Amino acid sequence: MADLIKGGSFLISQVKPDQVYTPEDFSDLHKMVSDTVAGFIKEKVVPQIDAIEKMEDGVAVALLRQLGELGLLGTEIPEKYGGAEADKISSLLIAEQMSRGGSLSLVFGAHTGIGTLPILFFGNEEQKKRYLPDLATGKKIAAYALTEADAGSDAMNAKTRAVLTEDGKHYVLNGSKQFITNAAWADVIVTYAKVDGEHFTSFIVDRDTPGVSIGAEEHKMGIKGSSTCSVIFEDAKVPVENLLGTIGKGHQVAFNILNIGRFKLGVGCLGAAKYALELSSQYAQERNQFNMPISKFGLIKNKIADMNIRTFITESICYRIGGLIQDVIETLDLSGDEAGQKIADAIQEYAIECSVAKIYGSEALDFVADEGVQIHGGYGYSQEYTIERIYRDSRINRIFEGTNEINRLIIPATLMRKAQKGEIPLIQAAMKLQEELLTPTMQDESDELLAKEEQAIENLKKIFLLIAGSAAQKYGEKLIREQEILARMADMVDEIFGAESALLRTRKIIAAKGEEAGSLAAKMTTCYVNGLVPKFDVWAKEVIAAMEEGDTKRTLFSILRKLTKFEQDNVFVMKREIADAVYAKNKYVVI
Amino acid sequence: MIVCIKQVPDTTDVKIDPEKGTLIREGVPSIVNPFDKNAVEAALKIREEKGGKVTVITMGPPQAVDALRECLAMGADDAILLSDRAFASSDTWATSYTLAMGIKKVGNPDIIFCGKQAIDGDTAQVGPGIAEHLGLPQVTYVQKIKEVKEDGMIVERSIEGGYEVVSVGMPVMIAVDKSINEPRFPTMMGTMKAHKKEIPTWGLAELGADEDKLGMNGSPTRVKRIFAPERKGQGEMIQGDDESEVCALLIEKLRDKKVV
Ligand SMILES: Cc1cc2nc3c(=O)[nH]c(=O)nc-3n(C[C@H](O)[C@H](O)[C@H](O)COP(=O)(O)OP(=O)(O)OC[C@H]3O[C@@H](n4cnc5c(N)ncnc54)[C@H](O)[C@@H]3O)c2cc1C
Ligand SMILES: Cc1cc2nc3c(=O)[nH]c(=O)nc-3n(C[C@H](O)[C@H](O)[C@H](O)COP(=O)(O)OP(=O)(O)OC[C@H]3O[C@@H](n4cnc5c(N)ncnc54)[C@H](O)[C@@H]3O)c2cc1C
Repeated sequence: MADLIKGGSFLISQVKPDQVYTPEDFSDLHKMVSDTVAGFIKEKVVPQIDAIEKMEDGVAVALLRQLGELGLLGTEIPEKYGGAEADKISSLLIAEQMSRGGSLSLVFGAHTGIGTLPILFFGNEEQKKRYLPDLATGKKIAAYALTEADAGSDAMNAKTRAVLTEDGKHYVLNGSKQFITNAAWADVIVTYAKVDGEHFTSFIVDRDTPGVSIGAEEHKMGIKGSSTCSVIFEDAKVPVENLLGTIGKGHQVAFNILNIGRFKLGVGCLGAAKYALELSSQYAQERNQFNMPISKFGLIKNKIADMNIRTFITESICYRIGGLIQDVIETLDLSGDEAGQKIADAIQEYAIECSVAKIYGSEALDFVADEGVQIHGGYGYSQEYTIERIYRDSRINRIFEGTNEINRLIIPATLMRKAQKGEIPLIQAAMKLQEELLTPTMQDESDELLAKEEQAIENLKKIFLLIAGSAAQKYGEKLIREQEILARMADMVDEIFGAESALLRTRKIIAAKGEEAGSLAAKMTTCYVNGLVPKFDVWAKEVIAAMEEGDTKRTLFSILRKLTKFEQDNVFVMKREIADAVYAKNKYVVI
Repeated sequence: MIVCIKQVPDTTDVKIDPEKGTLIREGVPSIVNPFDKNAVEAALKIREEKGGKVTVITMGPPQAVDALRECLAMGADDAILLSDRAFASSDTWATSYTLAMGIKKVGNPDIIFCGKQAIDGDTAQVGPGIAEHLGLPQVTYVQKIKEVKEDGMIVERSIEGGYEVVSVGMPVMIAVDKSINEPRFPTMMGTMKAHKKEIPTWGLAELGADEDKLGMNGSPTRVKRIFAPERKGQGEMIQGDDESEVCALLIEKLRDKKVV
């Protein structure tokens, strides 16, 4: 077993292609699982999509139960609690395929993810035995209630209180939760309350507990077929056995679950983006204007290519992270009671990467869905076409599981913490870079395929280190107040991880299958890096101009000039070729 | 019970090469022939009620194991792949001979299930061919299994405009129609189990078959020409404001053509 890769370390170290997991590494079993879910969605869910979106009585719940019968709700649950205990990659593939089921994917995601995982990871043996088998089969449906009216992004500001009864047998909960997915259908609600108004703690609440009530359905912009209501606790007596984890340690449950939720959200966005691209490619080839299919126009090809590229980056990001998490999980001894906690900790290591998946995936899907509507012209604005729904459904992804702003703040904060704790030698790398930048070096210009892109990504990492190092020096602890700078740092981390994942994946394809097979991936990587270098130039300049003046500013600008030196390629011609490859298969393509 | 299945290209995904008029098979995903899934389902249902064992068998290239695995994931107990260079270019007669030899080697099944036909060839000949090679009775186009007894079964067989009720002894070859049932989806556990299952491959040597009856040698069929049928005249949609107007227009047209 190779050494495990530390979370966030990609920013300062060189990763080799064979160290990243890619969709080309899927096993036959993975493909079988993915095909099974795809078949179910196509045959059982898509024909009922209108009924789901109109929230017709019982349709979504019945489908969720069918998924339960097929064992698809329990893929992450150990066999001894009635689950299938499949590997992480399988559960990602399921999440990806589910996204074609419209709102059902939300019902599924809230149930299997944020609803079930807190009990799986933090529950004690008795709680796991009591709840997991029914959650695995779909006999019971779960919801996760963290958000409150005054505690959204600021989840720790929860007002819900829990007080122990005199006989010590119950906690009495009072308060109310806002925007809870699956609320109307849930049997089990994982929630949070402050014990004695102070100690933030997680609880499992049965829906039929007296004092628990559900508010009216929210009228939403999209994901209309999912239930979103408030959950109200009025003197709800929750047995002490239902306290989840430790008193005062509710934030551990909440944040760990959010990490997984964020990562899975990225995967869900990936599936929806593939679907949107497929629909758009089909439409463009069927729609004639000016006596030819609109697919032939350069501007449409440009859109299709960009959609394919953004989807490619998202996919490369998501499964790379899947591989990282899978690798650590494989090293863990999962036989004892602490298994869930160990898995949660392992995922916590990749908190930065999970936030990257969330931000990148949700923004890529917004882009793809938006261009998808555009390709459909006026028809994309009509509810007759699926792309219209995808567009509306996409928007929520930037809001829940931590808004993208909050995730942008988390990335540099986590990175700085890791650096301070010495988990990754960020400060040393920044210092080394300063020395290196003062001594002029020649960059070797190689003609080798993707050598220029690799060099460019190395330089983007240096730009990040330059900015992060300067900002840390300048502001120290007060950097936390400079949100605009922090967000630019997050943008850089996001894009570096994305571009590098694409590059490494392309290299891996070429190593395994040859240059011909990797040529499309190579074009996508090249086009993407071409667009990225000028973006970093602007971002870095914004930050430098905000931080420095006079000579220091000018010095930094001149270093930046060197690091952003890049000879632009003819991306128009490459994008036409990428679009033609999409048209040939009428769907997302890589090879 | 033994179920014969075939891996076929997903014809819902197939495109026709506009110049050559042939199917573009490249990049088209392979699936289990849909009617064969009905056959697997029929066998699994009988197993649930009466017990027994369900073995799926296919003749095909090595990658046909994927199709077998899908049937295992649905719940079949065992799977066998018949694969050998000697089997290449078999027509329906040689294919049914090979499958019959495979079935003999598995043992003596009470029921051999086949799908009505394969969606890539549409011949509906292999099932009946197997029955002939094995000297067994056969019932084709079965739309319902009414009763399974110790030594025979009663089934409904669809015919134009209605159905026949057939009582037949066992062993028997049953070819099922799509209307017989709705095939189940593989479960997650089934899929994981199917993935681990060993699938034996039997070739010429294992079957002890007569080489002259196999592959190209054993195939009396000769393809003379493949062509796209000429396009018949196009249909016409009659449009109008309401039913009576549409009817009037239709009658007028039929009169014009001297149909009525
Ligand atoms: C359809 C839907 C389903 C949901 N499902 C669930 C669920 O199942 N369970 C659950 O617990 N919650 C759920 N939520 C709640 C969701 O997680 C919250 O809406 C989200 O966390 C944002 O909180 P908020 O709406 O209060 O927005 P606010 O926190 O008020 O944010 C408003 C804006 O301010 C920004 N902002 C906030 N704080 C900062 C800061 N410190 N710095 C910079 N900018 C900041 C935000 O980024 C955002 O742009 C759901 C929401 C929706 C809409
Ligand atoms: C809500 C709504 C209200 C409307 N109101 C009116 C109205 O009051 N009166 C009226 O007359 N019309 C109206 N329209 C129609 C509207 O003007 C058309 O939808 C619009 O002109 C686009 O045409 P289209 O929908 O046929 O898209 P298409 O022309 O099919 O375009 C599809 C895509 O192809 C692109 N494309 C097309 N041709 C080319 C080319 N040569 N090169 C590159 N790209 C190309 C387009 O930019 C678009 O992205 C309305 C539409 C909507 C949705």
